Amino acid sequence: MLLFLEQFLNGLQLGLLLFLLAAGLTLVFGIMDLVNLAHGSLYMLGAYFAATFTGVTGSFLGGVVLALAATLLTGMAIEVVAMRRLYGRDHLDHVLGTFGLILFFNELVRLIWGPAGMNLTLPPWLNTAVQILPGVHYSMYRLSIIIVALAVAALLYLVIMRTRVGMLIRAGASNREMIGALGINIKLLYTFVFGVGAALAGLAGLMQAAILTAQIGMGENILILAFVVIIIGGIGSIRGAFVASIFVGLIDTIGRAFLPDLLKAVLSPAAASTVAPALSSMLIYLIMAVVLVVRPAGLFPATGR
Amino acid sequence: MTGPLTPRNVAVAALVAFLILLPIYAHAVGNLFLLSLFTRIVILAMAAVSLNLIMGFGGMVSFGHAAYVGIGGYVVGILAHEGVPSGFVQWPLALLLSALFALGIGALSLRTRGVYFIMITLAFAQMIYYVAVALDRYGGDDGLTIYRRSQFAALLDLSNKTFFYYLCLAFLLATVYVVWRIVNSRFGLVIQGARSNDRRMHAIGFATFRYKLACFVVSGTICGLAGVLEANRTDFISPAMMHWTRSGDLIVMAVLGGMGSVFGPVLGAIALLVLEEALPFLIGAAGHVVTGRDLVAAREYWQLILGPMLLLIVLYARGGIDGLLASLRRA
Repeated sequence: MLLFLEQFLNGLQLGLLLFLLAAGLTLVFGIMDLVNLAHGSLYMLGAYFAATFTGVTGSFLGGVVLALAATLLTGMAIEVVAMRRLYGRDHLDHVLGTFGLILFFNELVRLIWGPAGMNLTLPPWLNTAVQILPGVHYSMYRLSIIIVALAVAALLYLVIMRTRVGMLIRAGASNREMIGALGINIKLLYTFVFGVGAALAGLAGLMQAAILTAQIGMGENILILAFVVIIIGGIGSIRGAFVASIFVGLIDTIGRAFLPDLLKAVLSPAAASTVAPALSSMLIYLIMAVVLVVRPAGLFPATGR
Repeated sequence: MTGPLTPRNVAVAALVAFLILLPIYAHAVGNLFLLSLFTRIVILAMAAVSLNLIMGFGGMVSFGHAAYVGIGGYVVGILAHEGVPSGFVQWPLALLLSALFALGIGALSLRTRGVYFIMITLAFAQMIYYVAVALDRYGGDDGLTIYRRSQFAALLDLSNKTFFYYLCLAFLLATVYVVWRIVNSRFGLVIQGARSNDRRMHAIGFATFRYKLACFVVSGTICGLAGVLEANRTDFISPAMMHWTRSGDLIVMAVLGGMGSVFGPVLGAIALLVLEEALPFLIGAAGHVVTGRDLVAAREYWQLILGPMLLLIVLYARGGIDGLLASLRRA
């Protein structure tokens, strides 16, 4: 039961990280109709920026704030230089163009920070365990990831549902041409949305970097997961992305933790130890395939809002 | 029809002649690396041509085609490991299995369209990738060395590098021919019609789903054959063969060469892989001219140039190399 609780929290934490990544991805996808494979590069940049700035300022929080600002600016710069020219193109063009950007950013990071990864060291007040239930301890840092990500999700919800900018974003997701025709400065809106998406990805990257390390290509595998999330959730829907990322995070973590034991009950130990790792890595892709076959536009299609 | 001597046809003919004469040149100058590089190019070109059949002509952007290359390779590797080196068993089984996988994946994926199709094909490829990673018996993540190439009794000797190159080239030319025939057949016209307007094709009485599925299976099977050849070329299989960036490379080849023509992806494969080899040297040479020193360290950063180049090609040269050749005529 204790193990289950811990795995549940780990799953929640992975899901919330995925949400930070998927939120930007799904907004860009829903509003600009752009498939951005390079979103994972922003995740990676956030991690490297944080590792550098915490070293320079000597303060963890200071480094994080600077890193977020830097990713925001980098995102906006990418939008103005490259992405803007890809709007309205074929999805194949997006895949190819942003694939090129991935190659570019991976090499750029290698050029600037070198091929070895970078560590993001936690301050002592984060690097402790905290008692969440009588007798149950959990990593303070992981718990704070959950809290921060939940706070960001709530903030995002408030901004999108309760402010004028949010109204424009929602309007853009349902009908891009119309809000342009109504005299909204759509270019500025796009740059803003892309920048915010980049900062969210950067936040996810730097939070993950303290658990693992900042590495070249770290954004690629999690990016595919984030794509799975937004496909399951329905493209353009923040709510769908939220539900689907928690779901994917939990399934993936709990599957990896408990599937081997579960399979041993049915199969021979040798067969189970072969099948379990494959099946648990495949699980979420399997779920995505099932969702797409049953509901080809995802669980919460944005148009129905 | 214009005359046969368009710049494009001349270029294609010159290229085929070049590919045929290449081993002779490689042996003459004793540069066997060239032969090995071009064997790889020819094999990947085959996969790119087959991807382009569904992508360029059918409008189905599969982001998971490296999976079929991997399946073909793994059948060869696993059978060799289990003591079945006979190519008469390995090759048909590899083709059959790639076809079956393409049938299953295609039948599910083709229910979706657009971005969803791109992503679901990627998801299936990832699944197959993780299965390969989990195959501990066959090396898991580290891959598996193949100690004997496919055996064809006394008929064919695949360890002869020159012979193997010509075999791959023959398969490539056969692939180009088959795809060309398909594209220009009634079947191919239905596929192309479905790309422009699926609903209309459906309305005038074509079961477009079945046509597209058949096309998807043909494409996957040819990729499986490319995988069989690739495993025999490297004497090695590993999950890296079907990493998602490999699928991306195949798309790059098709687009770089030009999706509008059957032969385009061959040009794209040559361009991409030669560029991969040449860019480091070009960077070094450029560095030499600018700074007077040979910037060996700078050479490894060639992707810094390749990446933006892809973006520029997407933005400004949609037709790829083939499109440039075609426009030479009009100029």
